[in-house]
Amino acid sequence: MTERRKGTAAKPGSRRRRRLIVWSLVLVLASAMALPLVGYLAVDQAQAQEQSRNANDDKVVNPRAEYWREVRDGIAGYTTAEGPEAGILIQNGGQNWRQIRNGPVATYGAWAILALFVVLAVYHLFTGGYKMPDRTGRKIPRWPGIDRFIHWYTAVLFILLAITGLSILWGRAVLIPVMGKEGFAAWLAIAKPIHDYTALFFAAGLVVMIAKWMHHNIPKGYDIQWLLKGGGYLGGGHPPAGFSNAGEKAWYWTLVFFGGAMVVSGFYLLFPNLGTERPGMQLANVVHDVSALVCCVFALMHIYLGTIGSEGALEAMVSGEVDEQYAKNHHPLWYDEVMKGKGGYSGGGAVSPAPASPEK
Amino acid sequence: MARMKFLCDAERCIECNGCVTACKNENEVPWGINRRRVVTLDDGLPGEKSISVACMHCTDAPCAAVCPVDCFYTTEDGVVLHDKDLCIGCGYCFYACPFGAPQYPQKEAFGVRGKMDKCTFCGGGPEPDNSAIEKKMYGANRLAQGKLPLCAEMCATKALLAGDGDMVADIYRERVLKRGGRPNSWGWETAYRKNV
Repeated sequence: MTERRKGTAAKPGSRRRRRLIVWSLVLVLASAMALPLVGYLAVDQAQAQEQSRNANDDKVVNPRAEYWREVRDGIAGYTTAEGPEAGILIQNGGQNWRQIRNGPVATYGAWAILALFVVLAVYHLFTGGYKMPDRTGRKIPRWPGIDRFIHWYTAVLFILLAITGLSILWGRAVLIPVMGKEGFAAWLAIAKPIHDYTALFFAAGLVVMIAKWMHHNIPKGYDIQWLLKGGGYLGGGHPPAGFSNAGEKAWYWTLVFFGGAMVVSGFYLLFPNLGTERPGMQLANVVHDVSALVCCVFALMHIYLGTIGSEGALEAMVSGEVDEQYAKNHHPLWYDEVMKGKGGYSGGGAVSPAPASPEK
Repeated sequence: MARMKFLCDAERCIECNGCVTACKNENEVPWGINRRRVVTLDDGLPGEKSISVACMHCTDAPCAAVCPVDCFYTTEDGVVLHDKDLCIGCGYCFYACPFGAPQYPQKEAFGVRGKMDKCTFCGGGPEPDNSAIEKKMYGANRLAQGKLPLCAEMCATKALLAGDGDMVADIYRERVLKRGGRPNSWGWETAYRKNV
C-alpha cells in the first residue's frame, strides 16, 4: 500500500487537494444552508413543549380563537359587577324564548281558544245543549259542602289567574288598541301582582282538589266506550260512566299534569334566580304558558258543559244534589251503586231523599 | 340622522372600569344597578381579554318585542329607550336580552323587581329633555346637549367607542388595518342588522 501511494505521489497529490477543496466548499455551502434551519428545529421543539403543556392544562393551542366561541356559548368571564349572570356577555337562549313565546305559543294558543269558542257556539246553536225534560224530582246527593267549596275556591282563582295571565300574553295585541298604552299599563300593573299573589292560593286549592278527587277519577275500562261515543253529546244514547265520566276524568288528569306543570313552572317565575338562571326561567315561562293555555282550553269546555251545555250539571255544584234523571243519564253506573246503597257520600245520609211531591 | 352604536375594542380594553364609574356617576344610578359592566375572559391567563358591555341598542330589540306593555321605543338616533311609567317590572326583557342589560332595583320574592333600568346611551327618557324628572328617572341626557355617552368619552385607552355606527366602524377598521389581526366588532352580529 505504501509503495503504491509513493508510486503515485506526484499526480494524485494535486488531485486529492483539488478534491478536498471541492468537498470543503460543498460542506461549507451545505452547512450555510442547513444550519439556519436548526432554528426551526428549536421552534418546533418549543411549540411541541407548549402543546404538551397546554394539553396538560386541558387548553387548546390558540386561546384567542377560544374565547369568542366561549362568549357565543355563554361561558361566564370575570366581572366586578354584582348581579345574576353578570359575567355572561351573550346569552343566546333569549332569542329562542322570544320566538317561541311570541310565535307558536301566542299564535296557536289564540287559535285553540278561538276555535273551541266557535265549535261550542256552533254546537250550542244546533243542539241547544243537552236538555233534561224528564226530571223525576228526586234528588241524589253528589257533592258534599267541602267539595263544593274547594271547587268554587279554585274556580274563582283560576278565572282570576286566567284573565290576568292572558292579559300579559295577549294584552299588547288585543287590549292596547282598545285601552291605550297608559290604560293597559295601569291594568297590568294591578294584574301582575294579582297573578303573582293569588297563584299561591290557587296552587294550594289545586293540590287539595287533586288529592281529594283522585279516587273519583281512576280510569276504568268503560271510559273508552264513553270517549268513543263522544260522551253521548253527539247523539247515540248515554255511554257508561261511574261517578265521573271519561270527560271529567280527562279534565282531572289535565289538571294533574298540565296544572301541575303550570304550578311548578310558575314557582320558578315567582322566585327569579332561585336555583335558576335565564335558561331555566325562559324554559319555565314557555312551560307555564303552554300548560296554562291547555288548562284554559279545557276550562272553557268544562264551563260550557257545566252551565248551559248540560242541564242539571250546575245544580250539582250549587246545591250539591242532582236530579235522579241526571244521575241515570250521565252517571248510570254510579246511579246503580247509589240505588244499591253504597254510592252516596256518607254525609248525605240515606241513598236518596224522599221523592218530591207530585208537581202536576 | 346618526345611528348610534357602541363598539368595544377588546385589544385596547384594560379592565380599568372607568366606563362603569363614569356611567354610575353621570346617571346617578341606584346602588346595585349596573347599566354597564366590564367582563374579563380568561382572567389572569395569558391572552386575557376584557369587554365593556351595556345595552347595545339593538336594531330589532328583543326586549321591545317581548314587553307585555310595549314600553320600549327607538329614537331617531337608533337609541332604544323605555318608559318607566308603563313598565310593570315583569322581567321579560331580562329573559330576552342577549347582553344582560336590563337591571332591576329590587330583588324580592314573588317576582317583585321594581321598574326596569338600563343604559340609555346617555339619552334620557320620554320626559322633557334635561328636566329634573328625567334626570331622576333615567339619568343624564347628554345626547340632547350634543354630547356622546360619558362611558366612551372617559375611556382612557379609547377602547370603548360610542357614536354613529358608520363613524365608529371607520375608526375601528383603520385601527385593525394598522395593527393587523382579525377585526372583531364585538356583539354587532347579535345586536345590529346589516346596514341598520
